[in-house]
Amino acid sequence: MNPGALRGGRFDTRLEARRRAGVRFMWLCRLAVAFGVASLVVLLVSLAADGLPALSFEFLASYPSRFPERAGIRSAILGSAWMLALVAVMSFPLGVGAALYLEEYAPTNRFTTLLKTNIANLASVPSIVYGILGLAVFVRFLALERSLLAGAATLSLLVLPIVNIAAREAIRAVPDSLREAAYALGATRWQAIRHHVLPAAMPGILSGTILGLSRAGGETAPLLVIGALTFIAFDPLSPMDPFTALPIQIFNWTTDPRGEFHALAAGAIVVLLGVLLMMNAAAILIRNRFER
Amino acid sequence: MAPEAVLETVGLGVRYGETRVIEDISLTIPKRRVVAFIGPSGCGKSTLLRCFNRMNDLVPTARVTGQVLFRGRDLYAPGVDPADVRRAIGMVFQKPNPFPKSIFENIAFGLRINGFQDDIGDRVEASLRAAALWDEVSHRLDADALGLSAGQQQRLCIARALAVEPEVLLMDEPASALDPIATGRIEDLIGELRGDYTIVIVTHNMQQAARISDDTAFLYMGELVEYKETQRLFTNPEDERTEAYITGRRG
Repeated sequence: MNPGALRGGRFDTRLEARRRAGVRFMWLCRLAVAFGVASLVVLLVSLAADGLPALSFEFLASYPSRFPERAGIRSAILGSAWMLALVAVMSFPLGVGAALYLEEYAPTNRFTTLLKTNIANLASVPSIVYGILGLAVFVRFLALERSLLAGAATLSLLVLPIVNIAAREAIRAVPDSLREAAYALGATRWQAIRHHVLPAAMPGILSGTILGLSRAGGETAPLLVIGALTFIAFDPLSPMDPFTALPIQIFNWTTDPRGEFHALAAGAIVVLLGVLLMMNAAAILIRNRFER
Repeated sequence: MAPEAVLETVGLGVRYGETRVIEDISLTIPKRRVVAFIGPSGCGKSTLLRCFNRMNDLVPTARVTGQVLFRGRDLYAPGVDPADVRRAIGMVFQKPNPFPKSIFENIAFGLRINGFQDDIGDRVEASLRAAALWDEVSHRLDADALGLSAGQQQRLCIARALAVEPEVLLMDEPASALDPIATGRIEDLIGELRGDYTIVIVTHNMQQAARISDDTAFLYMGELVEYKETQRLFTNPEDERTEAYITGRRG
């Protein structure tokens, strides 16, 4: 080859213009971040301004009432707490069990691949569709009526794909070297899973489950569809009791024509948001804590 | 008199999907010898090793044909439980893979899952002594195993394997992730285990094979080319492919 072919070519490096383009792009990205931060600040400030005055011990401890000065969110808080506990009990074993089966036991073939794809699709089905399903299956067909159990079962359907996907990701992230170490000592599949795969995947599974639960805690539409009552002046004491929940109570108050109730709604929103933010923080904490 | 064979393969072949990795390998591993498998990357030496404890079962696309006999019994016969095989034929991996638990628990796990009836503490100590690790860790058995150096981790993995009383120890390039000093310790350890255990070791380091093994098998492109006493293989190779490989000539 002629060595001269790689000599004497002309370049117009335009270094200054290239640098300026980079700076411009960085500022566009900063703008995008600023937009998000600003929206969040406006939301939190306006919520606090509207909602904090409504917050008091009486507000938390009282049942709803048609008199705004006496109305509170006691039954809504209890309903939401029941609901989250029941959803956790139902969705955790089912979601994690299915994840273990798909990742550790099932062969990889067309059927399981199809299954996995469709679980991802399920996670993006609009929540109101689950409400309609819950109404047909749990409320009517299984005759659970408008009970906590029917509501929790409906929300569990919504949360299951989220828990399943998070659990599968966590299980996949467990290095094969750990499984091999266990198998090489004569462990059965279950022993390897029980002692090594599950403990290693647990932080990811837990944080995914908490995120799923916080999604369930904020859902309104499916509960409206299955007919969660909005005026509950007693404590729900068993899974078969009728119930209300924080988002339902908020929805009810914001649709009330009387302005006093809007302030109550803002107060309830502050409580709901506080609970959900704490759950998300817990999820992040668990995840960071166990990351090596 | 030929020494007693512990492991024997008859016409052994392995495919991953459509790819043939090893083909028609027949060899015997004599009792209480150290046998090294050498050969260029991709020649199938690790795959062959993983047939001996059915580790290839974990690869969904792997298909094994032919026989692997362990004391005359086919490991791939129906009704053979791979968990049973793997307790009798232990394995140490290329990258140290201790469990993310305490040093003690790393060894206790294998004992517990196999229903060990005697004192676990005694056995943990005996295993660590056998792996030449006891003096370094005896005061901190509760410490996280991942806090050990890579060489110590690998010796812990050897201790863990020895604890459940295997007859055979398979080693898949056990020192390739270690520095020269840690490598030396592993080689010394193999030297101490020599004579008590049957050891099959895969290595890409020919000096290592020459130093630690009694017999050496040279594999090339999925085929067993030459298998004889280490001394003779390195000084007097019969096949020109063996000669080219051990003298560092390529192609």
